[in-house]
Amino acid sequence: MKRLLFAMVLVPVFLIAAVAPALGSEAGYRLDRSQHDPNDLVSLQSGARLFVNYCLNCHGAQFMRYNRLTEIGLSESQIRDNLMFPVEKVGETMKVALGAKDGKDWFGVPPPDLSVIARSRGADWLYTYLRTFYRDPKTSTGWNNAVFPNAAMPHALWTLEGERALEVVQAKDLAGHVATEYRWSQLTSGALERVQYDAAVRDLVNFLVYVGEPAAQSRKRIGVIVLFVLGVLFVFAYALKKAYWKDVH
Amino acid sequence: MASRLMALWDWVDARMPSLAEEYRKHLAEYYAPKNFNFWYYFGSLAMLVLAIQIVTGIFLTMHYKPDANLAFGSVEYIMRDVAGGWIIRYIHSTGASAFFIVVYLHMFRGLIYGSYQKPRELIWIFGVLIYLCLMGEAFMGYLLPWGQMSYWGAQVIVNLFGTIPFIGPDLALWIRGDYVVSDATLNRFFAMHVIAIPLALLGLVVVHLLALHDVGSNNPDGIEIKKHKDPRTGHPVDGIPFHPYYTVKDIVGVVAFLAIFCSVLFFAPELGGYFLEYNNFIPADPLKTPPHIAPVWYFTPFYTILRAVPPLFNSQFPGVLAMGLATMILFFLPWLDRGAVKSVRYRGTLYKAWLAAFVVVFLILGYLGTEPTTVWGQFGFDAFFLDTKDIATWAGRLCTVVYFLFFFLMPWYTARDATRPVPDRVTS
Amino acid sequence: MSDSEKIDNTRRNLIVATTVVGGAAGAGAAIPFVASWWPSERAKAAGAPVEVDISKLEPGEMKVIEWRGKPVWVVRRTKEMLDSLKAVAVRLTDPASKDSEQPEYAKNDHRARKPEFMVMEGVCTHLGCSPQLKGTEAKAEMGADWSGGFYCPCHGSKFDFAGRVFKGAPAPLNLPVPPHTYLSETTILIGEDRKGA
Repeated sequence: MKRLLFAMVLVPVFLIAAVAPALGSEAGYRLDRSQHDPNDLVSLQSGARLFVNYCLNCHGAQFMRYNRLTEIGLSESQIRDNLMFPVEKVGETMKVALGAKDGKDWFGVPPPDLSVIARSRGADWLYTYLRTFYRDPKTSTGWNNAVFPNAAMPHALWTLEGERALEVVQAKDLAGHVATEYRWSQLTSGALERVQYDAAVRDLVNFLVYVGEPAAQSRKRIGVIVLFVLGVLFVFAYALKKAYWKDVH
Repeated sequence: MASRLMALWDWVDARMPSLAEEYRKHLAEYYAPKNFNFWYYFGSLAMLVLAIQIVTGIFLTMHYKPDANLAFGSVEYIMRDVAGGWIIRYIHSTGASAFFIVVYLHMFRGLIYGSYQKPRELIWIFGVLIYLCLMGEAFMGYLLPWGQMSYWGAQVIVNLFGTIPFIGPDLALWIRGDYVVSDATLNRFFAMHVIAIPLALLGLVVVHLLALHDVGSNNPDGIEIKKHKDPRTGHPVDGIPFHPYYTVKDIVGVVAFLAIFCSVLFFAPELGGYFLEYNNFIPADPLKTPPHIAPVWYFTPFYTILRAVPPLFNSQFPGVLAMGLATMILFFLPWLDRGAVKSVRYRGTLYKAWLAAFVVVFLILGYLGTEPTTVWGQFGFDAFFLDTKDIATWAGRLCTVVYFLFFFLMPWYTARDATRPVPDRVTS
Repeated sequence: MSDSEKIDNTRRNLIVATTVVGGAAGAGAAIPFVASWWPSERAKAAGAPVEVDISKLEPGEMKVIEWRGKPVWVVRRTKEMLDSLKAVAVRLTDPASKDSEQPEYAKNDHRARKPEFMVMEGVCTHLGCSPQLKGTEAKAEMGADWSGGFYCPCHGSKFDFAGRVFKGAPAPLNLPVPPHTYLSETTILIGEDRKGA
C-alpha cells in the first residue's frame, strides 16, 4: 500500500519535471540573474537615489512611505533633504509627479505604479529589461527593448548607459532548429562604464525588490523564531502523546 | 480557588446539563477505533484551518475596502501600513491553499478506506457539500484583491455560466450585477465570502460531525468496531475514548502541520507563484487581458477537464457540463461502489489499479491546468480528427476519460474485484 | 511511588509543559492581531505634526489649522487681549487651569509658551462644537462686561483669549492646548513637543 502510494505520487512528479519550462521572458530573451541582496544597505540606498532621480518623474510607488526608508539606514533628514521632491511630509507616500491623463497622452498608457513591480515581473526580468534598451528609429520614442518589445517606455537611464544598437541574427542549423544571436554595439558612451552601469541597475532592482515587500527581512527573522518554538512544542506534544498511548495496544 | 471553580462549574452544570452531556457524548465517551493512522489527521486539521481562516478573515475585513477603486490599495495598506498586517494577510493566503491540500487529503482518506459506504453515506454527502461551498468561498475570495488574475479569472468563470443554453447570458448578468465583472460584483462577492458562505460552512461542518458521531468512525481496516462490544462496559473492544487519546494525538498533528504551514508562510508565501500568483500583483485592468489566465492550483484539475472538451454546436457548454459533472459525480460514490469490502487494504488488484490510475490522472490534470495548452508542444503529424495539435490537450482528454471511467466503471470493477478476507478485529 | 502514580506524574508534567509552551506560542500568535488595532502608518502620517508659518500674522489676527482632524487656533494676542486675561479671572470656572488639558509649559497666566501667541484647539469642551471669535466690539450681543474672547453658538459657552471658560457655561473645562514647539521665530510645529522651545 505504501509503495503504491509512493509510486502514484512520483510518476506524475517525474513527468512534470521533464517538461519544466526554462528561465526565459515572453520574448524569448534569456534573463540574467539580478543578484539582489536585501542585506546590502548601501546598494539599497543607492537604488533609492536612482529611483527618485530617474523613475519618480513618471512612475509612482504610491504604497511606499518615505519615512519607511529609515529601515535601509537613512535618517529622516537625509530622506527629507535628498529624496523628497514632490511631497512635503516625510510620512507621505512616493506619489508620482506625472498626472494620469498626461501619462496617457504622452505614452499611450499611464506609466504603471512600481510599488509591487518586482513581485509581478520578478527581479531578474527587471534587471535584464533595464539593460537591454536599444536605439530603434521605427518607434515613437526612438527606443525599443529586447526583453519587452515595443515598450512605450523610453530608456530613462540612457545618460548613464549611453546609446546602444541591437542586431538580431537568426540561423538555422542542419536539424532545422533556429538559433538566435543578439549582437549589441555601443553607439555613444554614457556617464558609467558597462560594469558600473550593471551595478547601478543591480542597486535599483535591489531597491525595487525591497519596495515590493519591505517586511521581507522581518518575515524571515520571525519565521526562524516561530519554527524554533514549534520544534520545542512538537517535542513536548509528542512526548505527551506517547505517555497516554502507552495504555493502548 | 479550586473549590470556587468547582462550585462555579456545578452552578452552570445544574442550569445547563447539556454542556457536560455533549462533552461526554462527543469527547470523553465517544469511542473511536484505536487504529487511526496518518490519514486520520486531516479532519481535525480541516477544522483548524477553518478557524484560522475565520479569525484572519475577520481582521482583514477591518482594513480591507471592497471598492473596485480601493481594493488593491487596501491590500497593500494591510501589507505595509497596518502593524502585523502582512502576517495576517499571508496566513490567510497560505491558509486558503492549505485548506484545499488538507481537504483533498481528507477526501482521499474517505476514498481509500470506504468511509463513504453504508451507513456513512450522509456524512459523505455533507462532506461533498462542504467541498462545493469551499470552492465557492475560494473563488469569491480570490476576486477581492482585485488583481489581474482576480478580475480575469472571475470574468472567465462567470462567462462559463453564460454558456448554459437559454438562461446563460441572463444568469451571467444576474451573477455579475453588471455587463462585465465590476464594483457591483466585487461587493456581492465580498458579502458572500465574508458572511454567507462561512455561515453555511459552519453549519455543514456541524451536521457533518453530528452524522459521524451518530454512526461512529470508520477505520483503516474498514470494519465496524461496534460489532464487538465489551459485555461489561458496552464500549467497542477496539475503541478508545476520543478524549484524551485522540485529542492528545491530534495536537501532535496540529503542531506538525503548523510547522509546515509556517515554513511556507514565513519563507515562501508566494510558493513559486502557486499560492500568490505573480500576475495578481498587477491591479485589475478591464481593458488588458493577461496572456495566460489560469485558475488557482486547487481548481486546475477541473479547468483541464473544461478545456479538454471541444466546443460543440459553437458552444463551450459541453465542457462546462463535463467540469460540473466531474465534481457532482462525487455525490454518487456511495452507490457506485459495489465492493464487498470498505478498505483498500482488502481490495484486489483490479480496484487498486483503477485507484492508482485515478490518482495519477488527477495529478496530471492538475498540472496541465496551470499551464497553457501549448506546454507540451504539438504533434508532428496531421490527421482529420485532430481539431488541435496540442499534445497537452490530448493528454488532458485522455486523463479526463480515465477520470470519468474511474467512476462510471466502478459498479463493474468493484463487484468483480477479488477482495481478500476482512479481519474480525482491527489490525495496526 | 507506585507505577500508576509515576505515570500520572509524567502525564501531569507533560501536560503542564505542553500547555506552557503552547500558551507561549499562542500568545505570540496573538501579537500581530492585537498590534493591528494600533494606528496604522497611514493614520500616523495623517496625524503627524503640522508646521504653521506665523510670520504674516497681524496682532489681533487668528489663524485656523487642521491637526488630527481638529481645528487648532493660533491667535496673535494684542496687549489689550493679554490685559483682559487678569481682569476676567474671577468670572472663570478654572482660572488656573488646574483641571483643564494643556502641557506643563502652558500652565501659566497666559496658557502659552510665549504670551504673544495663543495656541489652542477650537473644540468646545461641552459637546465639541467650534466656538466663534467675538472681539470687544461685540458687546451689544455678548453683554456690557464682555472684554473679548470666544462664544460657542451651540449651547452658549464663553471663553476668554486664553481659552478659559466662563462660569455659568455648560462647558466644564478650558479649551485644550495641544503640544507645540517653536521651530523658529516664525514657525510653530503643532502636535509635538521638541527640545529647545
